[in-house]
Amino acid sequence: MAVLADKIKKIYNFFHDAAPKWKAGAVVFLLVALELAFLKFHDSRFIWVTVYGLVTVSLLFVLIANFAKRTFGMFVFILPALAIFATFYIYPFFKVLQLSHNAWDGIAPTMDFIGLGNFKEIMQDKIWWGAMRNAGYITLIALTFQNILALSLAMACDRQIKAKNMYRVIFFIPPVLSEVVVGLIWRWIYDGDYGLLNYALASMGFKDLVHNWLSDPKTALTCVAIIHCWKGFGWGFMILLAGLQTIPKELYEAARVDGANVWQTFKNVTIPLMIPVFVLVAILTILGTMQVFVLILSMTGGGPGYHTEVPVTRILASMQGSSMFGYACAQGITFGFILMLVSFAQIGLSRKLKQA
Amino acid sequence: MKSFGRAMAAGVRCLVALSFCALLMAGCGGGGEETSAPAPKNKKIVVWHWMTDREDAFVELAKKYEELTGVKVSFELYAPSDAYSQKVRAAAQARALPDIFGLLGEKRDFAAFIKAGHIAELTSEMMLDNSQWKNELFDKALAVNEFVKDNPYGVAVGIYGVPIDVMNIQMVYNKNLFKKAGLDPDRPPQTWAEFVDACAKLNAAGIQGLVSGWGEVWMIDCLASNLAFNIMGPEKVFATLRGEVLYSDQDWVQVFSLFKEMAEKKMLASGIVTMVNKNAEQSFANERAAFAFNGSWCVNVYNGMNPGLDYGVMLPPKINPGNAVYIWGGAGSSFLVNDRSPAKREAIAFLKWLTEKEQQEFLAEKTRNMPSNKFAASKISTILGDFARGMNYVTHPNFWPVNELPKVIERFDKGIQSIIIGEKTPVQLGQELAKLKAEEMAKGR
Repeated sequence: MAVLADKIKKIYNFFHDAAPKWKAGAVVFLLVALELAFLKFHDSRFIWVTVYGLVTVSLLFVLIANFAKRTFGMFVFILPALAIFATFYIYPFFKVLQLSHNAWDGIAPTMDFIGLGNFKEIMQDKIWWGAMRNAGYITLIALTFQNILALSLAMACDRQIKAKNMYRVIFFIPPVLSEVVVGLIWRWIYDGDYGLLNYALASMGFKDLVHNWLSDPKTALTCVAIIHCWKGFGWGFMILLAGLQTIPKELYEAARVDGANVWQTFKNVTIPLMIPVFVLVAILTILGTMQVFVLILSMTGGGPGYHTEVPVTRILASMQGSSMFGYACAQGITFGFILMLVSFAQIGLSRKLKQA
Repeated sequence: MKSFGRAMAAGVRCLVALSFCALLMAGCGGGGEETSAPAPKNKKIVVWHWMTDREDAFVELAKKYEELTGVKVSFELYAPSDAYSQKVRAAAQARALPDIFGLLGEKRDFAAFIKAGHIAELTSEMMLDNSQWKNELFDKALAVNEFVKDNPYGVAVGIYGVPIDVMNIQMVYNKNLFKKAGLDPDRPPQTWAEFVDACAKLNAAGIQGLVSGWGEVWMIDCLASNLAFNIMGPEKVFATLRGEVLYSDQDWVQVFSLFKEMAEKKMLASGIVTMVNKNAEQSFANERAAFAFNGSWCVNVYNGMNPGLDYGVMLPPKINPGNAVYIWGGAGSSFLVNDRSPAKREAIAFLKWLTEKEQQEFLAEKTRNMPSNKFAASKISTILGDFARGMNYVTHPNFWPVNELPKVIERFDKGIQSIIIGEKTPVQLGQELAKLKAEEMAKGR
């Protein structure tokens, strides 16, 4: 048992310590293998029960590998967690994979297997890729505007200023508000006839700028993106502030003694030591922003036209509006795959930056 | 101690075995008497619905029904409608639907539920005693719940739902704002030219024209369909849905052009393309717009928002004098009986009672909706009476012989939004839809 556990642990460590590109490659390889197996054996319940069982048992063995050397009894405590993971994570993944290869309305007792038909259709679905572009645009604004704002405020609060705890609380209020409430309030602020924004602009003499912000295709997406940043910068602020507080003050003092000015200190002390935190914030920003959804629904509903549609609203439209559950699952898998690749790319980039 | 435990265990086992035998004998005996047995005193029916405005009235009726029959009816409210819709689908997949439920969606969803065996067929019940139950209900309300011969969904002919109220979607206009703009409040526009003219006068008086929840795209679909029926007649619309007429046809381009005209002549309220209907209702109730395109449920909504609102009901303006005007309508909300429910008989009996004249009058009075029972229509308010007159012009996708494909519907509605914001021309939209329709038909969806 111990020998087997050692071997499994060696394999596990080999993958764990691998470079991100190899990890990404391995995941892609596994997914492709799974996909090919699915296409070949989609109607064999036996094969799928076996695969499901194998994945669960593999997890079991990884756990054995970790625990066998200590006390086997400890392993028993992991079983409930494993059962929950297998039921609520692994099984739904297989189910979504199965549905994504079928044409199904979500109600009928039978489904039509269409192989890669849904994925082919996604490749040609201009509206889907338009929604991806829209989510990318909001992400770009969040990565720049939102995180620069969060960093500036975190740096301000990191200094010895009066009432800094009060500022921390104030900056963290938007993230704890309900997205629906935020969306509805800002919808009213942006209103073309009775909105606060137009009233303020008109009062300041900018009457040319007065218009219906959310119904204009030129401004709708940017308006939503700005509110998303306003709502989300508090998270970045907290994480960046925590990161800034881990930098030893002696380094700043040493830099000052060496004659470094504010910019040089920031460039040569703060930035290098904050890279892991920047990477974490960037990954969280990308994953959170690409999945923006509630704010869009409460502010524009994806309109006007398709101008504020994002991937999640498209998945919902396929599932509820068009009763195309299979297609919606395929969209979900495609979207998840893209996000996974982006995350791997970011981790790889962060390693390179750290090495530099 | 151990032997005591064993004895206890043996005793429990015996008790379980005996109870099982008793149950088995009870189940085997007296089968012939099943139909004549009275409803058990503690029988319970569970009803799922999404109608927040009707919850109190339902609960009151449930109490009354329990006093009358001993059958407890539990109304379970799940709102908003999106969440309700998801719950019903999930319950259907898990075969955990309640005894009675409402279904939100299109006719194809309704058909899918029937084909999956979730909904009981009620024709035989409706036909009992010389079709007494059927004859009490408005035909148009029943039609929404009916599948006729050769229906495109392959569902067996029959009635599968019970309408609890009826509705239609028309235009309403504000009489005060009409007076302010120098228009006659007793003579709303009847033709398209008169409508354009009225909006111009309202605009000149600083009043917005038409407001509606066109951010919820189905309302665009509804008005566009009304206009199309009037311009080209129902047969040509159905021919388009069957793929025999293209959306690039001149008549369809004319339909799209009307939206362009409304946008260009500033006949539409600001922000209409992203406006949800609740906001549109607020806008009309607060007298910020002179016209609204809304359903008869608005009577209750406007009453809640502005009880003093003085408004009238009108049919959408006529474009082609040679064709009739059609509006969407039929059953407002319907209840369906779960075919797998053990309390199916009780559920049907309750729905029969719920649609009787007295209960329908109570519901109409409390919820300001039009009753589904013909004989309860005499007690409705004047404004609901105006809406009720529109029932003669009612049509609905749920009783058309053919329906449009989901992707085409979405592109149709979003395309009209694009026309309103000046991004597409009517001709471009017609061509785009014709191409998409051909592609979707080729896929066989």
